Amino acid sequence: MLSTLANPARFMQLSAWLAPLFGVIAVVLFAIGLPWALIYSPADYQQGETVRIMYVHVPAAWWSLAIYGFMGVASFVGLVWRHALADIAARAAAPIGATFAGLCLITGSLWGAPTWGTWWEWDGRLTSMLVLFIIYLGYLALWSAIEDEERAARLAAILCLVGLINLPIVHFSVVWWSTLHQPASVFRPGGSAIDPAMLGPLFTMAFAYMALFATLLFANMRAAINRRRVEAARLRGMSAA
Amino acid sequence: MSPLAATFRRDFALMWGAGGGAMAPLGFFLGAATLVPLAMGPEHALLMAAGPPLVWVAAALAVLATLERLFQADLEDGSLDQLLLSPAPVEMIVLTKGAALWCAIGLPIALAGAPVAIALQAPLEFVPAIVLSLGLGMAGFIGAGLVGAAVTASVKRGGVLIALIVLPFFAPPIIFGSAVASGAGFGPAFLILTGCALAYAALGPIAAAAALRLQAE
Repeated sequence: MLSTLANPARFMQLSAWLAPLFGVIAVVLFAIGLPWALIYSPADYQQGETVRIMYVHVPAAWWSLAIYGFMGVASFVGLVWRHALADIAARAAAPIGATFAGLCLITGSLWGAPTWGTWWEWDGRLTSMLVLFIIYLGYLALWSAIEDEERAARLAAILCLVGLINLPIVHFSVVWWSTLHQPASVFRPGGSAIDPAMLGPLFTMAFAYMALFATLLFANMRAAINRRRVEAARLRGMSAA
Repeated sequence: MSPLAATFRRDFALMWGAGGGAMAPLGFFLGAATLVPLAMGPEHALLMAAGPPLVWVAAALAVLATLERLFQADLEDGSLDQLLLSPAPVEMIVLTKGAALWCAIGLPIALAGAPVAIALQAPLEFVPAIVLSLGLGMAGFIGAGLVGAAVTASVKRGGVLIALIVLPFFAPPIIFGSAVASGAGFGPAFLILTGCALAYAALGPIAAAAALRLQAE
């Protein structure tokens, strides 16, 4: 299936209807998920109503990690098979992932203030998530700094692959160090530790974030492809003149 | 002379001759370390508790300052193309450049870490561990810095960009090196620092060589 998407013209045809479709799905899922999470889900027995930040914070955290993994795969494909669409995909995903990481940090800080009594702690999970955010920024800065797009793509791909080491560190930080941040509650051996009544809105929000990522990714990729086409046409026009 | 020996001699001479031997990086290291008590206040108890680990911050900054021109100068004057043509593997050439950087800058800074740590009120018995851990830490910083320098070699005035790219990878050596400086001695923190530094020193040249091949295209 991926190889059918790999042809840029085919990708443009497919994403012409797929991107709006994901957009509609995202709107629907947020319309279901946000009221369910913020109003109709149960309050926590310890934290009370502040637990509702979880429904925004946790999917953002999950997806910031997953998007970096996606960028890693796209970078590898672009580096090894020299595929332009893979480079475009990695660059298109980066600002979305960076925003989710920033959202995770900010909402986490807002959640920590009433529950932990602190806006920030330098424990393993928070520090490694901050490092992930900085790696995202470095990736974006590198892309912007190099004029030649192909070279920028390759060099940024190397940087992205080097930064992949941070992903297991973030995930296992709550296992390796006794941290303030709680250990894994959902994806853990033995099944979820969260009340099932909370899993419904949590996963709805997670899928809503996924649909949002897909929409924005396709939109960014289409914009990048169109920009390259315009640039190519301009160069052809200049050489013909 | 083998290509690696020639590379080492060339790069060591370039770094050593650039500013009167190791004077410039050492001066930077000393200056950065001086900022610490200026910021924290000279109160003895506070400095003794928090001062010694900050020698690591000064060392990291000193490495960052030297990274920008590492590959950029070679890219500009064409010696990078010559290095890529040499019979030695590019990864080994980059490793040799890193080794030259360590000898010219890393080792002097590690040795200067002794008086600086004492000035930051480290107890004397911590100092041998601090110096040795700094030596390893500088190797780790240089290994990570090689990747940042190689990837940004074609970016004019990319010093700040290098810092942004490389700082996340400086975190583990600094975390464990600071634990050593705070009195963990040659215990587990030192071992983890050693492992991390060796990993960076071994893997950094591989990524840097891949980036350099792209730069020369």
